[in-house]
Amino acid sequence: MNFLLTEDQLALVDSVTNLLRDKCDPLRVHKIFDTPGDAQFDAELWSALCAMGVPAIMVPEEHDGLGLELVDLAIVAEALGKAVAPVPFLGHALATLAIALGGSDAQQGKWLPRLASGEALATVAFCEGKSGWMPDAWTLSGPSLSGFKTLVPNAAEADLIVVGTADGLALVEKGAAYSCVRIDSADRTRPVDTVTFDGAAADPMPGDAQVVTRLMDAAAVLLAADCFGGADHCVTMSVEYAKLREQYGQPIAGFQGLRYQLVAMALATEPSRGLYWYAAHAWDAMPDKASHAASQAKAHLADTYLQVTRDTVEAHGGIGFTWEHDTHLYMKRAMLNWAWLGSPSRHRLRAADLAGW
Amino acid sequence: MELGFGSAFDAFREEVREFIKGHWPPADGNFKSHENERAFVIAAIERGYMHRSIPKAYGGSEQPSDIVKAEIIREELTRARAPSGRIPGNGLVVPTLLEWGTEEQKQKWIAPTLRGDIIWAQGFSEPNAGSDLASLRTRAELSADGSKWIINGQKIWTSHAHKATHMFCLVRTEPDAAKHAGISYILVDIRQPGITVRPLVQMTRQKEFSEVFFDNVEASADMLVGERGKGWNVTRSTLKHERSGIATMTWSLSMFRDLVKLAKEVEYDGAPAIKNPRIREELAAIEGQLLSLTYSTYRATSHDVHDREIGSFQTMPKVYMTELAGRISKLARDIVENDFVDMGGERLKWIERFMISLSMSIAGGTSNIQRNIIAERSLGLPRDKTQGAPA
Repeated sequence: MNFLLTEDQLALVDSVTNLLRDKCDPLRVHKIFDTPGDAQFDAELWSALCAMGVPAIMVPEEHDGLGLELVDLAIVAEALGKAVAPVPFLGHALATLAIALGGSDAQQGKWLPRLASGEALATVAFCEGKSGWMPDAWTLSGPSLSGFKTLVPNAAEADLIVVGTADGLALVEKGAAYSCVRIDSADRTRPVDTVTFDGAAADPMPGDAQVVTRLMDAAAVLLAADCFGGADHCVTMSVEYAKLREQYGQPIAGFQGLRYQLVAMALATEPSRGLYWYAAHAWDAMPDKASHAASQAKAHLADTYLQVTRDTVEAHGGIGFTWEHDTHLYMKRAMLNWAWLGSPSRHRLRAADLAGW
Repeated sequence: MELGFGSAFDAFREEVREFIKGHWPPADGNFKSHENERAFVIAAIERGYMHRSIPKAYGGSEQPSDIVKAEIIREELTRARAPSGRIPGNGLVVPTLLEWGTEEQKQKWIAPTLRGDIIWAQGFSEPNAGSDLASLRTRAELSADGSKWIINGQKIWTSHAHKATHMFCLVRTEPDAAKHAGISYILVDIRQPGITVRPLVQMTRQKEFSEVFFDNVEASADMLVGERGKGWNVTRSTLKHERSGIATMTWSLSMFRDLVKLAKEVEYDGAPAIKNPRIREELAAIEGQLLSLTYSTYRATSHDVHDREIGSFQTMPKVYMTELAGRISKLARDIVENDFVDMGGERLKWIERFMISLSMSIAGGTSNIQRNIIAERSLGLPRDKTQGAPA
């Protein structure tokens, strides 16, 4: 049993974390957040992450990738979540993975090297209606797609959309017949669009239903990892503030009521690290357990993250309720993580079904 | 990253199974006989399957540390319902003796303790010394000739006192010294005149712990462990061992398996309870917490073995599991409904668990004390000034 990160994995996290420290400080995130008009992403940060090889992590080596595993991608997602990094990682990483898992030779040859380098940007379109995240709710079909997808990350900027259809996954390239409307989403670190397909030319991917399941599970794991990173940061931020802020002539960290609140946040957060690690590792090494673990991780971490962000506001008092503080960046990221791919309730029921209950 | 044991360990598992098969169940079929249990434990130590970290010189089997092998042995013993060799109090005193005992004390006490010939009770808490343990008042005075200690006072919440032959105690030997500096750690034979054990009935109706009264009880001078007046330091190694709590995870797992079984067999609105969406969802939510505990425990163990820092999780398992056990027993309550009030009925086990899950928030350091420890050691919050010595 070796349930720990390798030296290479620790080095990967270190280099991403250092990059984020240099290029993604809170002031910069606030600046992106506060840019008037539609939410944007930080193009400079994204190209630095691409130069570092982040989108190449799970791309096979023959397509200029690093040929690593979901654990590697997930620990990077944790670092990005910790920094509430305003980059199109989620959609791009999942679209890339979709093609690596289920694309034809031609699709892989055409797209993977460009996606691995970050030269092209891709995203995924899953959800239909209020909560139609899972494949059984997907209605778009045929060689030319018509219908709506919602909460599609960075669709407007994407060169390629991997669309979930009734027939499986299909590729729709920029310039096809679709239009995007940016949602006024709470989380301005990861813009999302509603996409209207109006007879858009689609290139179906040959992969079977198993590929779709693998993709959804990977999505759940990456969200869980982002949640862990964000929640972990919120705990640290709240603890640091409690040591600094003085009332009644002493740091508020000395008051047992607040101390126990901080402990409760840490107790909710830290043990869930093992859960997201397990879900990532199950995806890589124990396929029969992967879906159950992924849904459990997504449900537990999304709930935990959102609650911890609420606790974080409480621990900060008035300043924590302001737009200028970091607290709301995290809460809003947690809100999107909570809804994206389906609510915790839905994932728990999926896990229950998969457990054979 | 690697979970599980790998096929390299299959042969070892087979070896352990063969060994157990040869020794358990006992030939006479008597599972409860102390002699049979003792014989099994001695054979298992001899074979290197039990008390693996204890030197051979003190009756252990002195094996290289290997968490995978240890886990396989534990699993196979559990599967065969064979004696585990673990006696709660004994597990606490041995590490203390190894760390603080004189060579004579180690020679004299450890081997019989490992074999179960001596059963230890813990004598720490007193009526007025609970979470604030260092305020304890049971006193020990050295006889005029310096040959023995005379002990007077009272201990409480002593588990299995009626089964125990000996007690490791904290006593006040330096009445004029400061609170923490006046305490010594001493071993006492509790099968002697002057000891009165009065069982306390728990809310579950069980008699698991007792009050123990000391009236001029004697312990020879060489029963003191560590230096006189340094008992507080000595005991901190005991508490550390008690609180590491790594083994607790398996207990939660088996309680959860029982809960799933219960939800499948109990009917709720005309269908198995497990089909009810609210129960189903809560069950899955509990499983999410359990998986968190399980894999963070594997992570912590792996880090420990590889000499890496475990980080803030180190202080968390006990209170996390306590909260989890409460949540499990509450869902069981929701499933059994009216049977929840009938202590003579078939769901007694779950009524007991509903209560026992509360005892977990008290025994071995209350949940609030655990929270203080998490606050200070894991979050690095400044020390609570009202508490005296560090948690």
